[in-house]
Amino acid sequence: MMSDSPHAVEIRKISKFFGGFQALKSVSLTVDHGERIVICGPSGSGKSTLIRCVNRLEEHEEGEIIVDGVALTSNLSHIEEVRREVGMVFQQFNLFPHLTVLENCTLAPIWVRRVPKAEATSRAMALLERVKIPDQANKYPGQLSGGQQQRVAIARALAMNPKIMLFDEPTSALDPEMIAEVLDVMVELATDGMTMLVVTHEMGFARKVADRVVFMDAGEIVEAAPPEEFFANPKSERTKLFLSQILGH
Amino acid sequence: MSALTSLNGVRWIRENLFSSFGNTALTLFGLAVVWLVLVPAIDWALVRAVWSGDSREVCLDPAAGACWPYIEARLGQIVYGFYDKAARWRVDIVFVLGAIGIAWLMLPRLPSKWLVAALLLTVYPIIVFVLLSGGIFGLDVVPTSRWGGLLLTLLVAATGIVTSLPIGIALALARQSDLPVIKWMAIAFIEIVRGVPLITLLFMASNLLPLFLPDGMTADKLVRALVAFSLFSSAYMAEVVRGGLQAIPRGQTEAAHALGLGYWTVTGLIVLPQALRLVIPGIVNTFIGLFKDTTLISIIGFFDLLGVIQSGNADPDWATPNTAFTGYIFVGAVFWAFCFGLSRYAGAVETRLAHADRGQK
Ligand SMILES: Nc1ncnc2c1ncn2[C@@H]1O[C@H](COP(=O)(O)OP(=O)(O)OP(=O)(O)O)[C@@H](O)[C@H]1O
Ligand SMILES: [Mg+2]
Repeated sequence: MMSDSPHAVEIRKISKFFGGFQALKSVSLTVDHGERIVICGPSGSGKSTLIRCVNRLEEHEEGEIIVDGVALTSNLSHIEEVRREVGMVFQQFNLFPHLTVLENCTLAPIWVRRVPKAEATSRAMALLERVKIPDQANKYPGQLSGGQQQRVAIARALAMNPKIMLFDEPTSALDPEMIAEVLDVMVELATDGMTMLVVTHEMGFARKVADRVVFMDAGEIVEAAPPEEFFANPKSERTKLFLSQILGH
Repeated sequence: MSALTSLNGVRWIRENLFSSFGNTALTLFGLAVVWLVLVPAIDWALVRAVWSGDSREVCLDPAAGACWPYIEARLGQIVYGFYDKAARWRVDIVFVLGAIGIAWLMLPRLPSKWLVAALLLTVYPIIVFVLLSGGIFGLDVVPTSRWGGLLLTLLVAATGIVTSLPIGIALALARQSDLPVIKWMAIAFIEIVRGVPLITLLFMASNLLPLFLPDGMTADKLVRALVAFSLFSSAYMAEVVRGGLQAIPRGQTEAAHALGLGYWTVTGLIVLPQALRLVIPGIVNTFIGLFKDTTLISIIGFFDLLGVIQSGNADPDWATPNTAFTGYIFVGAVFWAFCFGLSRYAGAVETRLAHADRGQK
C-alpha cells in the first residue's frame, strides 16, 4: 500500500441533500491506509449515502472528499480515476446477469485497465480461487446461491486491484447459513491489509477486524471508536440505545 | 402396440378435448369453424383451382376456383416490378447474395458471424446500389421508378429494419440523456413522428419536400420515401427500446460505474445487451408492422408487391371472376410467409438466449 497521499480517504464536512431532505449533515471522517472502518447505525441514518459519496455514486453538495489524493469534484476524469482505485460490494450483489462469473470478473480489467484478455482471465481465476468458487467460473450469476454471488461480487471488485474497498451491507440479503462464507472472505481481505469501509450490522465482524467502529444517526457521525471501547462504553445515549437494540435480544 | 397407441389417443382426446361441458362446446365450436372456413378455402384454393393455361379463358368456368395461371403469367412483374427484362439478372444477384448472407447469420453453426454481418451492412448495400441502379461498369441505368414487386418490398423493408434499430436505440438513449438539449430534441422527434400517419410522411417526402429543398438539391423520390420510412420506424423502435432500458435495475449501472466503466462501455456492454434481450418480442413486432407498412409506398406511385398485383388485377387480358381474389390471396401468403419466418426466427433466438443463462432471476 505505497501511496504519496497521507490518507486513504478524507471526508471533510460533507453535506448531501435529497430535495429538501438532508441525508448527510457536515460529516467528517478520515481513513488511513490499511485501516478498517465499520459503519453502523439505524436505517435511514445515511450510512449508504456516506460510502456511496466516496466513489461518487452520490454527489455531495458541500464539503470535500479526497480519495487517495484525488479530490472528488464534477471532473469526470477524476471521478473515473477514483473509481478505478475503489471497489464496491452491494447489498444486492448487482452482478451482470448476462455475463458468466468469469466475464463479470474480467470485464472491468479488460475495458478499463486494458489488461490483455488472457492475463485478465488468469487473474480472475486466481481471485475466484481466493473466494473459493473457481468451479463456478463458467456459470451465470443466476445459477449461483446468494452467498456464492456475493463472493463473485467481491472477486469482481478485487479484479480491478483496488486500494480501497467499500461494502454496503454485504450480508443483509443473505440467508443466515451463507453469511459466514462471505464474512470469512472479508476477514481474509482485512487480514491482508486492504483499506475497508464496511457498512454492516455484523458486530462479530466489527469486533474481529475493525480498527474503528463509526456510529451514524440522522445523517451525522455520532461517535467513532475502536471496537473494544465502542462496545464496552459507548459515550452517547443514541449509541447505547442502538447497541442495546441490536445486541440486546 | 398399435392398439395401445390408439387407446392412448382416445384417452388423450377425452382428457384434452372433452373433459368438461365447456371444453366440449369449445371443441365442437372449433371444429365448426374449421369446417366452415378452412374447407371452402382449401376447396377454392386447391381443389377447384385452375393450375395451368396461358390465358384468361381457362379461368372463366363459373365452377372454377383460384386462377393460378394468372400468377404464373405475372410472376416476372411480381418479383421485379417493371425492372428492365434484360437486366433482371442484376436483381437475381442481389437476391442471392442477400439470401446467402442472411442464411449465414441465421444458421448457428457457421463461423465469422460478425464479419458477415459487417459485410452485409457495409459492402452489400453498395453492391445492391450499383447493381440495381447501374450507370457504371457498363451497366445500363434502371431508374428507381421501374423498380417494383417483391424487389421493392424487400428493399424498403430491409432498409427500414436495418436503419430503424440503430437509430431507434440512439433516440432511446438520447431521450434518457442528462443533457437537456439532446433529451428534448429526441422527445420532440419521437413524439412528432409518431403522431403523424405514415402516409402523411410519405406524401410530404414525395411531394412537399422538393418544394422546400434549395434549387439543385434533389434526391431521388425512392430515397426520400426510404428516409421517411426509416425515420417513422425509428421513432417506434425508440419507444420499444426505451421500455427495455427502463427495465434494467439501477444497481446494474451503479455496479458498472463503480468498477470505473464509462458511459459508453456501461451502455454498450451492460445496459443494451440486457435491455434489447428483454424487448426482442417488441422489436420483432415492430419489424413485422414495418414489413406490412411497406405496402403504403404504392400510394405515392411505387409498384411494390401489392401495387403490382393491383395493377395486374385491372388488366383486361386476365379479367375473370377470381383474378383479383387470387392476386390478393397470393400477396397475403407471401407477406405472411415472411412475417411468420421473422417471428419464428426471433422465437428461436429468444430460446437460445434463455438457454444461455438459464436459471437467471
Ligand atoms: N435517491 C434518494 N432520493 C431521496 N431520498 C433518499 C435517496 N437515497 C436515500 N435517501 C434518503 O436518505 C436517507 C439516508 O439513506 P441511506 O440509504 O443512506 O440510509 P442507510 O443508513 O443506508 O439506511 P439502511 O440501513 O436502511 O440502508 C434516508 O432517509 C433515505 O430515505
Ligand atoms: Mg443502506
